[in-house]
This record gives sequence, C-alpha cells and structure tokens, in this order.
Amino acid sequence: MELLDTIGRNTIGTLAYIGGLARLTGRSAYYTVVGPFRGKPVRFGRAVHQAMAVGVEALPILSLITFFIGVILALQAAYELRKFGALHLIASGVAVSMTRELGPLMTAIVVIGRSGSAFAAEIGTMKVTEEIDALTTMAVDPTQFLVTPKFLAMMVMMPCLTTWADAMGVFGGALFGITSADFTFATYISTTISALLLRDIVTGLIKSVMFGIVITAVGCHEGFSTGAGAEQVGRSTTSAVVMSIFLVVVVDLLFTALFYFLER
Amino acid sequence: MQIATRQSGVATIVDVKGDIDLYNSPEMRKVILEELRDKRTARLVINLTQVRYIDSSGVASLVEGLKTSKTLGSRFMLFGLSPAAREVLELSRLIRVFEVFDSEDLALKAQ
Amino acid sequence: METKIPDANAEDSNEAVISVRDLRVRYGEREILHGVTFEVPRGQTLVILGGSGSGKSTLLRTLVGLERPSAGEIWIKGQNISRITEGELDVIRKKMGLSFQGGALFGSMTVGENVALPLREHTKLEDSTIQIVMRLKLEQVGLAGFENYNPSQLSGGMKKRAAVARALSMDPEILFFDEPSAGLDPIIAAGIDNLILKLQKAFRMSIVVVTHELASAFLIADRMLLIDKGNIVAQGTKEEMQNSKLPRVRQFLDRIAEPEVEGEMDYLQMLTGEAPDRSL
Repeated sequence: MELLDTIGRNTIGTLAYIGGLARLTGRSAYYTVVGPFRGKPVRFGRAVHQAMAVGVEALPILSLITFFIGVILALQAAYELRKFGALHLIASGVAVSMTRELGPLMTAIVVIGRSGSAFAAEIGTMKVTEEIDALTTMAVDPTQFLVTPKFLAMMVMMPCLTTWADAMGVFGGALFGITSADFTFATYISTTISALLLRDIVTGLIKSVMFGIVITAVGCHEGFSTGAGAEQVGRSTTSAVVMSIFLVVVVDLLFTALFYFLER
Repeated sequence: MQIATRQSGVATIVDVKGDIDLYNSPEMRKVILEELRDKRTARLVINLTQVRYIDSSGVASLVEGLKTSKTLGSRFMLFGLSPAAREVLELSRLIRVFEVFDSEDLALKAQ
Repeated sequence: METKIPDANAEDSNEAVISVRDLRVRYGEREILHGVTFEVPRGQTLVILGGSGSGKSTLLRTLVGLERPSAGEIWIKGQNISRITEGELDVIRKKMGLSFQGGALFGSMTVGENVALPLREHTKLEDSTIQIVMRLKLEQVGLAGFENYNPSQLSGGMKKRAAVARALSMDPEILFFDEPSAGLDPIIAAGIDNLILKLQKAFRMSIVVVTHELASAFLIADRMLLIDKGNIVAQGTKEEMQNSKLPRVRQFLDRIAEPEVEGEMDYLQMLTGEAPDRSL
C-alpha cells in the first residue's frame, strides 16, 4: 500500500512539474506571439542581451569541446573500421553522428551548464530578494519581463550554436583523418559534404530547438520555485542542471525515435 | 486635458485645460516643443489657470520646454498656477527655476 | 490611454482609500489572518504594528495583491480587489507604490533605470521626459546625482530611499512601506521616517506602513492598528493607542517580554531525549 502511495505521489509530482514547465512555455509563447498585438511589445533589447550571453560567450568553450568530441568520434570509429580497412568511412561516420546526435547534445550540455543554471540562479536570487514581487506590484508580468526574452534568445541561439558545434566536430574528425587516414583537408571536407543529407542537419537542428525550450523552461521554473533564503538559490541551480540534463536526454530519445520511424 | 494655442503680439500663449497626467502630458510636450523648435516662438507663455492637477511627467515636460527655450534663446513663462500646482513646483524646487507670473498680462508685459 | 472618471467624493477627506472587511488569508491548511476589518482614510498614514509571525506582512502582501484572500473584501479605489482578475488588478497596481523591506532594487540595472522602469513599461513618455521624472524622484528622496550607481554600491538607507523613488515614479495615490526602518541605524531610520512624513504632507498621499518599531510608528502614524496572531487587537488614533488599557496593547507598547512558559515535560527527560511520545 505504501509503495502504491509513493508511486502515486511521485507520478502526481512529476505531472505537476511538467505541467508547470508547459504553462511557463505557453505563457512565454503567448507573450511572444499574441502579446505584441495587445500592446505588450517583445523586449528585443533584453533578448539580444540574453542571446549574447547564451550564444556568443559560449563559443570558445563549445568550440573546444566539440572539436575534441570530433577527434574522439574519429578515434572510436577508426578502432572498428581499421579491422575492415575502411578508414575512409570515418568522415561520413563523424559527420552523421555529429549532426544527428552529438552536435545538438553537446551544445545542450554546454548551454545547460552555462545558461540553464544561470537562469535558475538569476530568477532564484530575484525571488529571494523580493525583486519578483516588486515586478508584480509594478504591474510588470515576471514571465513576460524575464522569461520571454530568454526563450527567444535560446530558440535563435541553439540552432546557431549547434551548427557551429557540428562544424567544429567535423574539423576534429578531419584532424584525425588528415594525420592518420590518408585524407587531405579538401578530400575530408568533400567526403563529409557528400555523405551528409540535409535531413541529418535538419533533424539535429529541430532537436536543438526542443532542447532550448526544455533548458529555458526548467531553468526559469526552478528559479521561480526557489524558497526563502539564499541557500535555496544553490539548490534551485543544482536541480535546474540535473533536471535539464535528464529532460534533454528524454526529449532526445523521443525525437530520435520519431525521426527513425518517420525516415524509414 | 485640452490644449490650444493663440497669438498675442510676439508671444504665443498655450492654454491648457484639465488634469495633466502620465497619459496626456506627451501631447502638451509636443505642442510646447513644436512652438519652440519649429515655429521659433520668441516668447511662449503657458496658461495653467484651468489646470487643477499636474503630475511629475507634466512637470518634466515643462522642464523640457524651459530647457529648449534656453538653448534657443527664447522665453518660456508660466502663469495661473493653482495652489496645488504651485506646491508641486515648490517641492521639486522648481518654482524659482521657472518664470512664474500671476496673470497673462504680467507675463506678456514682463521684460 | 485611460479615461478619468470624475469622482465627486475624490476630495472628501473622510473617504477611505482602502477598506478591508473580514479579510481571511490562508496558506494551505493554515489560516494566517482570521478576519480583519479596518479602513485607511484618504491622505492619512496607517501604521500596522505587530510582532514577528503576527500576520502583518501577510496583510501587506494581500493589500497589494501578492496574496489572494480566502474570504472577505478589500476595497481599493472603489473596487473589490479580492474579486477581480490579474489584469484588472494591474490597473490598480499602477496607482500604488510599494517600498520593500530590502529595497528589492533590480541588481542588473542602475538606480536610475530602476526608478524609470515603471514609466518605461506603462507609459508612452519620451525617454527625455522619463529621465527628468526619474531625476525629480531621486531628488525628492534625497538621492540626486545617484542615478548611474548600481544598487550594490548603495548603503542600506540609500537603497530604501531609491526603492521609495521607484515606488513614487508613477505618482501613486497610495504608498506602502514594508518595515521601513528594519536593518538601519537609528539616525538613518529617522531620516526615512522624515521622508515618509514629507511625502504624506507634501503630496497628500495615503500611506500604509508595516513595522514593529514603536518610536517610528508613533512619529509617522495618524492611525494605528495592532495585529497579533492574525487578529486585530486594537486600532485607533495614536493617542487612543497610547492610552489603551488592553493588556495585549500595553504589553506590546511597554515592551514586556512574553513570560517564559514552563515546559510540560520533565527537564531531565527533555535533556536526555527520553521525553514521552506525545503524539497520541
């Protein structure tokens, strides 16, 4: 009986959490799409500011990580492929795994660490210092003021970052291909381009937009649910990161399965 | 709030009627700045006799008018302040910054 | 663009700007306010006194619409705010200003941007006009020249003044203060009291202050209200409060400590952790 009780409680808790995320996303979508027609303009200035923080400032670390991932992918692929003397296949192997899976996923991981946690910390701190209440008493909707610009920034920057990450991964693969597999830079790139289908890139970009929505919703939701006291901000930030990684993987699974069956 | 302008010699008089608040002060500001900047009015006199209430944005608009007139070398005057409006200007320490007159005649005759 | 409805009684000093009837607020199962009734007359300062956990902060949060009542009525400017939508509430919020205990200034903006924010959000004023209004407000609270500072660069007293300037930016009719002197040294706190007095006298604002500071309360109040455990113990003019014979009022005003209650359990048992299970 107790087990059932626990399962029931957890199910309700999970559903409530996802409901909270959906509501936040829905309200933000409302303020982006419908709001401007109701005299509530979208804050492009704040969105651009967020986009700089989410996107441009993430480039150095993202480049480094995805370049390394490209090298690692090439090494792992070569381990199997050299048994068949098929080292020329690494270019297409790296390209497909980067664009379809690891590009979007690694971008999401980096963005969670840099921005998802920052969203939770920013909103959580504002909650603790009563700044959220201050917005409400000034008749400024906190979702519209704080969350909508973040959604906008994420939905624009995630595909951009993912594209960049894909390219860096390919360059990482090229490093191995040129040094150990008889490729020149030109042949590696041309092999990559002919191996890639547009839909490989597009499915990756669609995923990245979904990841962006998940990361923003979780980060902001955790921020808003921060309790009283500064130590609660730390708790929110941590759970934003853990929950985002978990949900990104779940969404990744759903969409990968969806694309698999659609593309059959 | 209603706003109208009329000529009297070289001076232009702006008659303001009603409450000046956050939502209609931009209209008054527009009229004042048009008179000063575009029409190059040498002497702009604001008639506040029929203004019962003026809020901070109204005061700020008057300050902008005064500033513009100083830059352009024209005169900017107020008259007919209600006790409440006078008090608002006094509290913001602006009563001495503006040229304030008791009546239209005094404002027009002032050197 | 809003249209003003001429109010025949607007100048009537006896009219109440806030009228609260049998207000009840609960968080989950727990009821915090057990039916409070009072009025704030126009142009007067009402001080809500009470200890920690008395429900005075909840009362303030409910008055500004941050909490919704579970029962009762709050009439502000002729509307029952416990019965209206968030959108309708926002219209009333634009006519109220709240100065938070810690200031609640936005850390990512300068002091000037903080004060200008409500004007930027809600009016179509030109930026040059907003800048002048912002400087006027900072001047009124004694912070002229601080508009480019970050909130973190201000002292506690200055933060509260900046918060008041922000609360004043839309020329509100009602101003709320949450613990205006908390965390300030006596001289700085007296400065804030003087600011409240000035705002009330000069702008004829209706002011509601929540505090537990007696000296400050008696300086700024026209009327007072003592709240304890979610009930109003006494209310009246400050003279009436001063002369009240009610034990709870006397205890609060004369600062008599709560008598220490002897524990029901044996002291030795308590220390050794062998207290009998009293959950049954």
